[in-house]
Amino acid sequence: MEPLAPFRVLAPASIAEAVAAAAAHQGARFLAGGTDLLVNLRHGIGAPGVLIDLRSIPELRRLGPDRGIGAAVTLAEIAAAPPMLAAYPALIAAAASVAGPAHRAAGTLGGNLCLDTRCIFYNRGEWWRSATAFCLKHRGETCHVAPTGHRCHAAFSGDLAPALLAYDAEMRIAGPDGLRTEPLSALYAEDGAAHLRLGPGEFLAGVILPPDPWPAAYAKARTRGAIDFPLAGVAVALRTEAGSVAGLRVALTGTNARPFLLAGTEALLGTPVDAAWRDRLGRLVQKQVSPMRTTLAAAHYRRRVAAALAGRVAAQLAEAA
Amino acid sequence: MQMQPDAPPAAPRRFRLNGRDRSVTVPDHALLIDTLRETLRLTGTKQGCDGGECGACTVLIDSVPRLACLTRTGECEGRVVETIEGLARQGRMNRVQRAFHEQLGTQCGYCTPGMVMAAEALLRRVPHPTEPEIRAALAGNLCRCTGYVKIIAAVQAAAGEG
Ligand SMILES: Cc1cc2nc3c(=O)[nH]c(=O)nc-3n(C[C@H](O)[C@H](O)[C@H](O)COP(=O)(O)OP(=O)(O)OC[C@H]3O[C@@H](n4cnc5c(N)ncnc54)[C@H](O)[C@@H]3O)c2cc1C
Ligand code: SF4
Ligand code: FES
Ligand code: FES
Repeated sequence: MEPLAPFRVLAPASIAEAVAAAAAHQGARFLAGGTDLLVNLRHGIGAPGVLIDLRSIPELRRLGPDRGIGAAVTLAEIAAAPPMLAAYPALIAAAASVAGPAHRAAGTLGGNLCLDTRCIFYNRGEWWRSATAFCLKHRGETCHVAPTGHRCHAAFSGDLAPALLAYDAEMRIAGPDGLRTEPLSALYAEDGAAHLRLGPGEFLAGVILPPDPWPAAYAKARTRGAIDFPLAGVAVALRTEAGSVAGLRVALTGTNARPFLLAGTEALLGTPVDAAWRDRLGRLVQKQVSPMRTTLAAAHYRRRVAAALAGRVAAQLAEAA
Repeated sequence: MQMQPDAPPAAPRRFRLNGRDRSVTVPDHALLIDTLRETLRLTGTKQGCDGGECGACTVLIDSVPRLACLTRTGECEGRVVETIEGLARQGRMNRVQRAFHEQLGTQCGYCTPGMVMAAEALLRRVPHPTEPEIRAALAGNLCRCTGYVKIIAAVQAAAGEG
């Protein structure tokens, strides 16, 4: 693999210092665990002269108070199921399903939510990419997956986003204009080359979980069971009343350029979870996911497996209710 | 070749390595794998994929398995780093190394340093792990030779000795 292009690392001690550092160094990138960023930099994707390490900010490393999780909290800390997260099993399961133990010890919540999108034509060394002609997402002009289109379809493949979307979590964004709180779904756009709606100098400070979460679970399909990104990942939050579905949120990852909440789930309220209900949910999922040929597994497999996982997870939750 | 106008300066990084205090002077972007193998000539830590995929470069930082190919040397400042070279005592292999040797948990040997370090971390944390716990702890370590069965047997044997 190529050597890493040189960079300097700044270690701000506070959110304000990080914002100031980003303003002073145009083109700097934020660094957390580095398990995604350092791999991409080694592939020659970008060569920022300055990285701003968010892990040096104590506030960002905090679990709590209340239901806040700092962006620099590691996946290992979340997967260890601390008491504060006892009511959020889907988040714990999602964190535990990311990569291997050494990645989870380094990887963070913020890095996972701001993960770059992935594609078989993109996650490659510089040499490989130059040989196939660089693609639209970085340095090139055409997309090798959909050459007639004008947009990148690389898939967002982080595991935590769907769990947090299903819980209806909020995010805290820090930047030149101070701190603001918004629904997590506002972070993402359906564009593989620009999937994060973060302004210049803005970064994720953390997420806030809602009180009294609905029962929820997360499941993912992957090529290797031991360690792999999701080909499709589905989180379902489901509330029942007297055996009927009274509340439903379904969130997906791995199938589109952004993780997203399934629209139209209201139509599935008021009936029990049976085979017909699962079929209707499956059809809704199949209609809204748009996997493209960005993984070695076929796109139609990812579409169908997303639908199947949604039905399975919902049925498990209904049964446990 | 043109000089990098503001090539990042090297700075001393102090950490404890295999029981000794060390200081290496490297720039911010230096990776632990290169510092270990190239600067310190500790080539026991293997370079497999250089991209977080294979686990061959697994070392321990404060007893937690970490990938040396995705860890900057600067991150190790003030911490305790252990590599495969640090396990043997007075020329005697430690229990995990011995078990890998005796149970044929190693064939070509390329994955072995990483496997041993990941297993060592597990046994420090969980002295008598179940088989699923062993599989989970070694999930990020690929082996192209053994088929894993004998690696798991080796970790079980090492736990039995512990
Ligand atoms: C072999 C392998 C397997 C993997 N498997 C999985 C998997 O199964 N599931 C999965 O989800 N991930 C997987 N990953 C990816 C990665 O390890 C995790 O997603 C991890 O959580 C990334 O977090 P990080 O802190 O290391 O991110 P970094 O690499 O530090 O950052 C990732 C990106 O986010 C940006 N960033 C980081 N923090 C912030 C912030 N607070 N605000 C704004 N931007 C920020 C960085 O600039 C960078 O662009 C895998 C990686 C490897 C190498
Ligand atoms: S989807 Fe197209 S533009 Fe995007 S990374 Fe893949 S080949 Fe490149
Ligand atoms: S060399 Fe570090 S994981 Fe392969
Ligand atoms: S012994 Fe050859 S790769 Fe594991």
